[in-house]
Amino acid sequence: MVTANLRLGRLIRPTLSRHLLLALGAAVVLVAISAQIGAYDDYNLTAVAIFAVAAAGLTLLTGLNGQLSLGHGALMAVGAYTASLLLRDHQLPVVVVLLIAVLTTGIIGIVFGYAAARLRGPYLAGATLTLAVALPQLATRYKSIFGGDAGLTVPPSAPPVWLGADFPPERWLAWIALAAAVVTMVLLANLLHSSVGRSFIAVRDNEAAAALAGIDVARTQVLAFVISAACAGLAGALFGYWSGVTAPAGFGLGLSLQLITAIVIGGLGSLAGAIWGSIVLVFVPALTSGMASSLNVPSSVANNLPLAIYGAILVIAMLVAPHGIQGALKRLLALARARWGHSSASEKKGVMDWDDPAPNP
Amino acid sequence: MSRFLVLTLNGLTQGAIYAAMALALVLIWRATKVINFAQGAMAMFTTYLALFAIDHGAPYWLGFVVALLSGLVLGVIVERVIVRPVESAPPLNVVILTLGLLLFFEALAPMLFGGQIRSFPAPFSIVGLRLGNSQVAFSPFDAFTLGSVVAVMILLLVLFQKTNLGLRMRASAFNPEVSRLLGIRVGRMLTLGWALASLVGALAGVLIAPSFLLYPTFMDQVLVYGFTGAVLGGLDSAMGAVIGGLLIGFALGYVGGYLGSDLETVGALVILIVVLMVRPRGLFSLQRLREV
Repeated sequence: MVTANLRLGRLIRPTLSRHLLLALGAAVVLVAISAQIGAYDDYNLTAVAIFAVAAAGLTLLTGLNGQLSLGHGALMAVGAYTASLLLRDHQLPVVVVLLIAVLTTGIIGIVFGYAAARLRGPYLAGATLTLAVALPQLATRYKSIFGGDAGLTVPPSAPPVWLGADFPPERWLAWIALAAAVVTMVLLANLLHSSVGRSFIAVRDNEAAAALAGIDVARTQVLAFVISAACAGLAGALFGYWSGVTAPAGFGLGLSLQLITAIVIGGLGSLAGAIWGSIVLVFVPALTSGMASSLNVPSSVANNLPLAIYGAILVIAMLVAPHGIQGALKRLLALARARWGHSSASEKKGVMDWDDPAPNP
Repeated sequence: MSRFLVLTLNGLTQGAIYAAMALALVLIWRATKVINFAQGAMAMFTTYLALFAIDHGAPYWLGFVVALLSGLVLGVIVERVIVRPVESAPPLNVVILTLGLLLFFEALAPMLFGGQIRSFPAPFSIVGLRLGNSQVAFSPFDAFTLGSVVAVMILLLVLFQKTNLGLRMRASAFNPEVSRLLGIRVGRMLTLGWALASLVGALAGVLIAPSFLLYPTFMDQVLVYGFTGAVLGGLDSAMGAVIGGLLIGFALGYVGGYLGSDLETVGALVILIVVLMVRPRGLFSLQRLREV
């Protein structure tokens, strides 16, 4: 029994194959789910996948590298506008559009990352806040390119023929978004378990010590920013497909703050947490709008209730539980393990410290 | 009148308001080493309270007082209830906390007061004064704006430089441990600092509302400009914040006038990045701020 366990352990140990297996399992389950649900739920599932991509990128930057960005909503706008502009004049396959959006946002990420790498704490937050407020205004300023306040329309991506003529387009978009999310998660999970990921954490925990250990601090920070920006760009392009319209109002400061809410709910620095947080982001509005319509609440209340809840969540989370849902789950799991006596020596203790190395995603 | 002069006068008035916002940020930064990203949202909320009073028949001046007083109270509540418990938490947590407050207030305001864009009354004419035959781009309301910001700054200067209370506040910001040993109620000083900052922010809100129009996110830009001004002046210098805010007012006035008002925020972003790259401690900072 013990040797069997060991063998299994050895088989699963290599990080890549474990992540690929997990991803494969997730993909199968998600496709099965999306086949069972209706168009509206497919739509929501797509939103979860999109937020998960953006939140995963942000959690890498904020949770693992210690840089807080309030500009990720604006970076999503870059991705969305790239996709919209590409699709305005050309008919391109989704994959090409997504890749170009990732590339464009990555390049913008390099430019801003170089500036950001020199900034700390409130300075970085303030600079990225300015980015979040400033960037959408460019869309109104250059109307002929970006379509002004009305924005640009994004043509939907038609399902391929081999799926059948009556394949719902919502499900096709859900598949695209889920595929993007799974690929992003696998790539990021592997990255975090590599030396690059460890250098991210080293820089977050102690820059001086990291530099002494031979890590190029500035370069690491720029890299984290670029990877994170690329994720935001991917999410932004998907967001364009999802909403059908790319307009500045959709990418305000509120979007950036929602992403931060997602990663805080999920516990900073955990990829699984980013998924949890994204689920909350999608289902809180669904819940409140359902409740509001049954209680006959005026629309000004119903529309803003989710944001008020996120704001309250951020405040309460920082006051009470800075580790988020993922942290709470880990704690519960650890408690359960301790109780049933299966805890092994290599397992971490249940209570996680803020400065702990990243929890395994 | 030449366009440049018009823009300069506009920049002066706007700059005075940005200076007030910058001062509010600096007051809190000096006392608690927190950038209160909710400063703008709090000011937005108190401006809505003023409008609520005016809507219900109160004269402008009562609304004005409502804004300032509610700012004071809001500052006390936020510091005591929300910021105090995370005083020793990592800076990232505190920043996230103030962002949560920002989000909360910007969602709460439309829930209570409706989300539509509202105009906000001005107590004086906003039409430019006449000098002989020509009209100057400086209205009685501009004079009032400038005058009230200057008055508040002088009051704060007197408070901090000439009174015992001000000395205690400076001491607590400078070295809380030693101040506590000397019998200063440091906690109370921090609360007072937040209250004053929030009051100055509320003043900026009522002063800018007539020209910006009132909607839940209308202070986001002012916060950004105030932050840029505060960083330009060096975050720990009150005088620097005032000068920084004024400079931002002039700079953005020219950007808006010559390049288009949509580019003002982009202009602020450029200024902020340049300042942070070239002189991260700002123009008037007294000490090294950025930690390694």
